[in-house]
Amino acid sequence: MAGALLEVEGLTKRFGGFTALNRVSLHVKAGERFGLIGPNGSGKTTLINCISGTLRSEGGTILFTGHDITGMPAHQRTRLGIVRTFQIPKPFASMTVLGNLRIPIEYAAHRHGADAVANAMEILELMGLAAKAHVTAAALTQIEMRKLELARALAAKPKLLVADEAMAGLSSGEVDDILTILFRLNERGITIIMIEHIMRAVMRFSERIVVLDAGDRIAEGTPDEIVKNPAVEKAYLGE
Amino acid sequence: MGNRTFALVVVAVVGVGFLTTRLGVNQYYYFAGYVILQYIVLATAWNILGGYTGYVNFGTAGFFALGAYTSVVLIKSAGAPLVVLLIAAGFVTGLLGLGIGYLTLRLRGVFFSIATLALAVVLETVAINSEYVGGARGITISRPARSLLFGSYVEFLFAVMLLLALLAIAVAWWIETSWIGRGLAAIRDNEEAAECMGVPTLRLKLVATTVSGSLMGIAGAPFPYYVTFVDPLSTFDLNYAVNSLAMPMVGGTTTWIGPVIGAVLLATAQQVATVTISSELNLLIVGVVLVGFVILAPEGLLGLVRRVRGR
Repeated sequence: MAGALLEVEGLTKRFGGFTALNRVSLHVKAGERFGLIGPNGSGKTTLINCISGTLRSEGGTILFTGHDITGMPAHQRTRLGIVRTFQIPKPFASMTVLGNLRIPIEYAAHRHGADAVANAMEILELMGLAAKAHVTAAALTQIEMRKLELARALAAKPKLLVADEAMAGLSSGEVDDILTILFRLNERGITIIMIEHIMRAVMRFSERIVVLDAGDRIAEGTPDEIVKNPAVEKAYLGE
Repeated sequence: MGNRTFALVVVAVVGVGFLTTRLGVNQYYYFAGYVILQYIVLATAWNILGGYTGYVNFGTAGFFALGAYTSVVLIKSAGAPLVVLLIAAGFVTGLLGLGIGYLTLRLRGVFFSIATLALAVVLETVAINSEYVGGARGITISRPARSLLFGSYVEFLFAVMLLLALLAIAVAWWIETSWIGRGLAAIRDNEEAAECMGVPTLRLKLVATTVSGSLMGIAGAPFPYYVTFVDPLSTFDLNYAVNSLAMPMVGGTTTWIGPVIGAVLLATAQQVATVTISSELNLLIVGVVLVGFVILAPEGLLGLVRRVRGR
């Protein structure tokens, strides 16, 4: 497909005898807001782990900007611009918020010294975390940790941001906060894949949605099409 | 810790060290001082992997002994000078460190620690069964007759170990303050997140295990000349593993000065106890102190100081 930023083709992942992903394909266009949904255990996070490189797939290929990255280690994919957040925030707990951002700025975006600090502060400003710059990450609240998770991902200069349940456990006002931030990032040209259980958020955010169920891709379309799709209804509610 | 503080500490240590060799003090103090300095090297080396990176190595004795036995082989086969022994021991144990670095791909946490302990046992078995280096009986090594500039060979060894301690501290300080140290800290905090933030985790872990292992081996290289008798029992002594872990824990694991403080305190206490009470009491002291610290000051003396100051 022309103009695709990420092309996943026939991706298969097995854990022992269990097939977590069964020849899943999806294409994400540059600049797109892409939603990935599915019931619990449908393989969403496994798919993300394969795309970000923390898991190796058994079959299929992953192309990013046309280059085959299927066998590439995760840190190199990050440097290419595929950056993810974690469903359960994984901050560098012994470091300050600023220190957390410094890691991807140095290691992925390759900026050092005063330049790195200025860049980090800019991102913290955008995320509304500037006041917490010198606080230890372990002392943050739930929403602050979620924001740090996103801020740290931004610090790596993503072309493709993969937000794995960035809003889980947040209040509806906080969900709106994060949504606003994600919209703003998208306007800056960052392609975003959103994995989310909060339907209100995914439906509002996504231009296109792919639905996974038990490792299979069962539907693809605009939010309106997905809502009306009988297969999706069946996957979520049963018959 | 700033550059200037570090330089000051280095200058002070060198000054005091070389002054003592001029004062004609009792030879025993060189023996004791050598052991303390040796523990500074071991504790600092352990901390590069255990403290900075978060991988607990129980196999310090294995690395130390491999360094000592590398020396034995080179002394026996070629009569190699001390400089060669140090370099060779550092190289061989660095390779072993690289090997355990690859273990970290599959083994984390306590499983990695068990593997390193097993590694030491395997190496000990090899040493016991190697006739060339004396097997279980051990082997006697005679010291070179000359010791340039120094009154006795023990004084010379003391000065060598002092330089090695400074080398170890300098390496640790450099790692800690560089981008490598920040990457290692990210691995310690969360390895998966570190990898996903662009940190080449495997490569950095290999650097840590290689440097750490190499320094441990270098600490063991002069050992045959120090004791003049090398056997598996004394080189693979559990003391090395326990002490090199306990010292950074007592001092504080996040900065280079922590293991130094811990090594000076614990090793001195052990030396004093050996002379005044009994040589069997050593490990008991370490055990009690370690338990005390784990309960009362889990971040070591440095953490304790920081906490008190923070109030």
